[in-house]
This record gives sequence, C-alpha cells and structure tokens, in this order.
Amino acid sequence: MKTAKPLTGALLYLNGVSVSFDGFKALNDLSLIVEEGELRTIIGPNGGGKTTMMDVVTGRTRPDAGEVFFRGTADLTRLDEAEIANLGIGRKFQRPTVFENLTVFENLELARADARGTWRTLVAYLTSDRRERIAVTLARIGLTEQSDQPAGALSHGQKQWLEIGMLLIHDRTLLLLDEPVAGMTDRETEETAGLILDLARDRTIIVVEHDMAFVRSLGARVTVLHEGAVLAEGSVDHVQSHPRVIEVYLGR
Amino acid sequence: MPALHGGQQRSAWSLGFWIRFLACGVVLVVAVPALNFWVPPDSPAALPDYLVPLLGKYLCYALLALSLDLIWGYAGILSLGHGAFFALGGYCMGMYLMRQIGTRGVYGNPLLPDFMVFLNWKELPWFWWGFDHFAYSAAMVVLVPGLLALVFGWLAFRSRVTGVYLSIITQAMTYALMLAFFRNDMGFGGNNGMTDYKDILGWDIHQASTRLGLYIASVSALGLGFLVCRYITASKLGRVLLALRDAESRVRFLGYSVTNAKLFVFALSAVLAGIAGALYVPQVGIINPSEFSPGNSIEIAIWVSVGGRGTLVGAIVGAVLVNSAKTWLTGAAPETWLFVLGALFILTTLVFPRGIVGLLRPSSRIRARAAAVVPAGERA
Repeated sequence: MKTAKPLTGALLYLNGVSVSFDGFKALNDLSLIVEEGELRTIIGPNGGGKTTMMDVVTGRTRPDAGEVFFRGTADLTRLDEAEIANLGIGRKFQRPTVFENLTVFENLELARADARGTWRTLVAYLTSDRRERIAVTLARIGLTEQSDQPAGALSHGQKQWLEIGMLLIHDRTLLLLDEPVAGMTDRETEETAGLILDLARDRTIIVVEHDMAFVRSLGARVTVLHEGAVLAEGSVDHVQSHPRVIEVYLGR
Repeated sequence: MPALHGGQQRSAWSLGFWIRFLACGVVLVVAVPALNFWVPPDSPAALPDYLVPLLGKYLCYALLALSLDLIWGYAGILSLGHGAFFALGGYCMGMYLMRQIGTRGVYGNPLLPDFMVFLNWKELPWFWWGFDHFAYSAAMVVLVPGLLALVFGWLAFRSRVTGVYLSIITQAMTYALMLAFFRNDMGFGGNNGMTDYKDILGWDIHQASTRLGLYIASVSALGLGFLVCRYITASKLGRVLLALRDAESRVRFLGYSVTNAKLFVFALSAVLAGIAGALYVPQVGIINPSEFSPGNSIEIAIWVSVGGRGTLVGAIVGAVLVNSAKTWLTGAAPETWLFVLGALFILTTLVFPRGIVGLLRPSSRIRARAAAVVPAGERA
C-alpha cells in the first residue's frame, strides 16, 4: 500500500480510475467499493464502461490513473492476469469461452485452483478426491453425461454452464460475471439466477447485466455506470426511479 | 504408472503403447544393423552401407519434426525458424569434429582448422575454446539452441507476439543467422562451412561400424525425444498448451502463466532440434550456412503437416516419408521436386488437414480433431 487509507472491510476498492482509448474516455474518474460477501449488479448503457471496469480489475487493461486494491493490500494495477486470478478473482466472459478441443472434464480440471506453475503442471496428477470434486461440479452444472465430450460440442447454454462450473470449482473469493444469461432461454435464465444466488452465499459476486428482469430477480444492490462513472447506486427500485437514470436510458 | 497422469490420459502409458514402442525400437536398433552387418552383401535382403547414414539422417529429421510438432501441433506456436536451432546444434558438433582433425588437415596446423589458416588467423577465437572436448561440445549442443530459444521466446512471448507475427520473426531470426554465418570473419568457415571430418570420439567417421553407432545413437535420441514429448503432451501441461492454443487469454484468467508455459516448450523444442542437428552433421559429413536458409525451416512444417500435426507419430512419419520421396525424386527427376513439395503442402492444407496419421485413424480422438482446426497461427 502506497498511501494510508481506511480500507478495512472493502474487498474491492476502485478510486479515481480513468482509462482512455484514443481520446475516448472509457472510464472517467470511476470510484467503486464492493464489500466482502456482497452480491452487486452493474448495469448501464453500452459504452458505459462496464466491460472496461472488469478489464481493469482482472489486469487486462492498465488504468491511466487511479488506484485499484483487492482486500486493501493487493494493488491490482501492478499485477498481470495470472497473478490476479491466483489472488482469487475469477471472471466469466460475455461470450462463453471454454476450451473447445478439451473435454468437459479437462476444462474443469484446468479450472481447479491447484498446480498452476509450469513445473507443477508437468507433474500434476489427479487424486481420487480431486476427481470426486470434479464429478460433484459436473453434477451441479448438469453435465455429467457430457464429461468426456469435447466442450466444443456443447450447446450455447451448456457452455455458459460449463463456464460457471469452471468458476465454481476454483473457489474464488470474487467472481466477475459478464452478462451470464446472454443468449439463454427463460428457463436457463431462471436456473442461472438460482445458481448465482446459491454461489453468492459464500463469495462476493459482481454481475454485469442488461436484462432488467434478471437483475430484479437477483434483488441485489445495483450500480449504474454511465460515461465511465457511477451515475446512481442503490436498490433496483431506487435506481429505476432515479431521474438521471431514466433520462440516460430513455434519452438514447 | 497411472498415478502420474490425469483424467483421460491414463492410456498414454498403457501396456499396448510400450509393446508398440519397443517393437519399433527393436526393428530399428536390431534389424537394420543385422541386415547391414551379418547378411552377405550380395544377398537381396542386405542393407547396403550407404543406406545406414541415410536412414540415420531421416531419423534426425524425424526428431526435428517432432520438436516442431510439440510447439506447433500442441501449443499452436508455428516456428518457421526451427532450422536455426537444428543448425546451431550441428555447428557445435561440427566445431568438435573440426578440432578432432588435429594435424591431419591440409595445412597440418595442430590448433587451427584449415579455413582459419587459410584466412591467415594466428590463434583460435575464444568461442572455439573447449570444443576439443566432447563433453563440452555436447553441453553446447544443448545450451546454445536452448538459450537462444529462451531469450528469443522470452522477448516474443512476454510481448504477446503470436500467430503469423511470431512465424515471421522466427523466419527473420534464421535468415539473420544465415547471413551472419556466411561471413568469413564470424569464424565458422563462411559459406563453405565445416567438412572433411576425420573421427568422432576416436572412431574413424568413415568406418561402417562408426556409422552404425551414429545410426543407433539417432534411433535412441528419437526414442527418448518421443517419450519426453509424449510425457509432456499427456501431462496437465499438455492440456494447458492445447487450451492456450484455442483461447490464450482465457488461460491467463484461470491463473496460468502463458508466457512460462510457452517458454518452457519452446526452449525444450529448440534443445531437441539442436540434438537432432548434432547427430545429423557427422552422418552427412558437412555443416554450412545453407542449413539456416528460411526454406529449410518451412520444409519442416510441411513434413509435420503431411504426417499429421498434433500427433507425435505423425511428425515422425511425415519427416521420414517426405524425405524418402525427396531422396528418390531428386535422383529420378530433380526438376519436379519443388512442384511436388508445393503440391504436398496445398493438398495437406485443403484436402487432408489431419495428415497421413489422420487419414489412417479416422475414428481418432480429440487430439487429432484438434489438429484439424484452422492453423492456429492464423487465429491470432
């Protein structure tokens, strides 16, 4: 920690973060605090900075200014993607990105939180309890039968579930979910909401979403991002009745 | 040893595999020398002396192809400069062999190789020190290509250079080395390279028995190289490599260091290529800068894709078959060879992307299917 500040309790702390691409300000002095154990939804119009915010937290994009701390001590602006992942921050992308040429089982094996160093991957092996853990996860995401199939053969919805399974098995402290129900049927959306609420019991989750019905079903605190900064924050009802939010959403 | 390996890969070390592996080894190590040594030369089954180093040369090419397949077929890194690592290993061996000539050179200088005497050099350059010892030379065969790959790979992978861009800079690397080695004042014999070797470890290099020894060393190196590659591709690291070939940034977000994983296989692959080059030089009797030519490195990629990218056996089969065809055709109809090579490349790309092994194993598992996807390099 460079400067002393009272960060106790805040799991994720963004202060004055700015990112610009060729003059376009994707994030404009963004400040955001997420407490440990919280389930937070982030909404906002396209170009509002949602994905860029996730890129900054996971180390894909370096901010031009501002500070980003995890647990008050780890300076995320100085770490790379792999180091941040190993701190316990997991991310699910907008488009499902599973390893298509590996089997469903192998996808989960790689997502496990052990043996990540290059040397350790050379000698890693699966003990029966690790196998058991993968089997439990497979059952939970309903892909037991597809275990030995290449992940590329799964349907779109199944890939989304596999990806959530990959986050599940890792025991992350903080999960960032980028549009987890994009392209899902209503039924799948409902099941996913249940799964997220279930997951949120023992970890911190940030969900970026467009689907207001889905956001409402999560019933969590909502942050509205607009032009790279926080426009409003509060309950679903609070932000939906917020005049600026209405203006931004309806004005476009 | 199932405990060593994960998930579906337990079959990698099954009894069936060892039986097939040892059967191939026995045929190569026992049958070839037996046919050459004990069968009377006039018998139709006899293997003429000139074929032994030729087979040995093919096996060196096979090891080279294997080294490229490890990084291209599995990790999706298409190196078009692998001939450089092969040539560097070859040059290290060539320097050892030059020092073994001693006073038997044309100028009879006990210390300086002929080309240095010819250039009127008075003393041995520092980088030639130690090459009169076999152990030192053998260490250099491993270290020189390995360190070059580490430095080059570190710069490239850390800056996240992938796909065709990486292929292009590897071409530039081998081209630059070729130009450098062409220069007389580099101290490696200029465009003539090094030749006229006399003996290796005290044995006359032209003796049939020495050639058999070199051949058996090549078989052993190929066998060991194959086992090492199989171990890696069956390990969790092998799955990390396949994963990063398909979705590199996703692997990062899972917490694996893509740079380190790539660097490890790239350096290992360069070492295997260097060993192949070191065994190649005493069997063909010469090393010169043309081994660095960009075309040579592209040819290696053709062997691998003809045999079947992403299957270790495929790389070996491809190298041996394409080079046998080359030997035969350049004798029978030399002007057609380049057309045939070009046609092979087009055919493997368009008609059978899984190569010969893919054709023979239509029911094949995920790995071969993986290899059928668009060349990873083009998906940067």
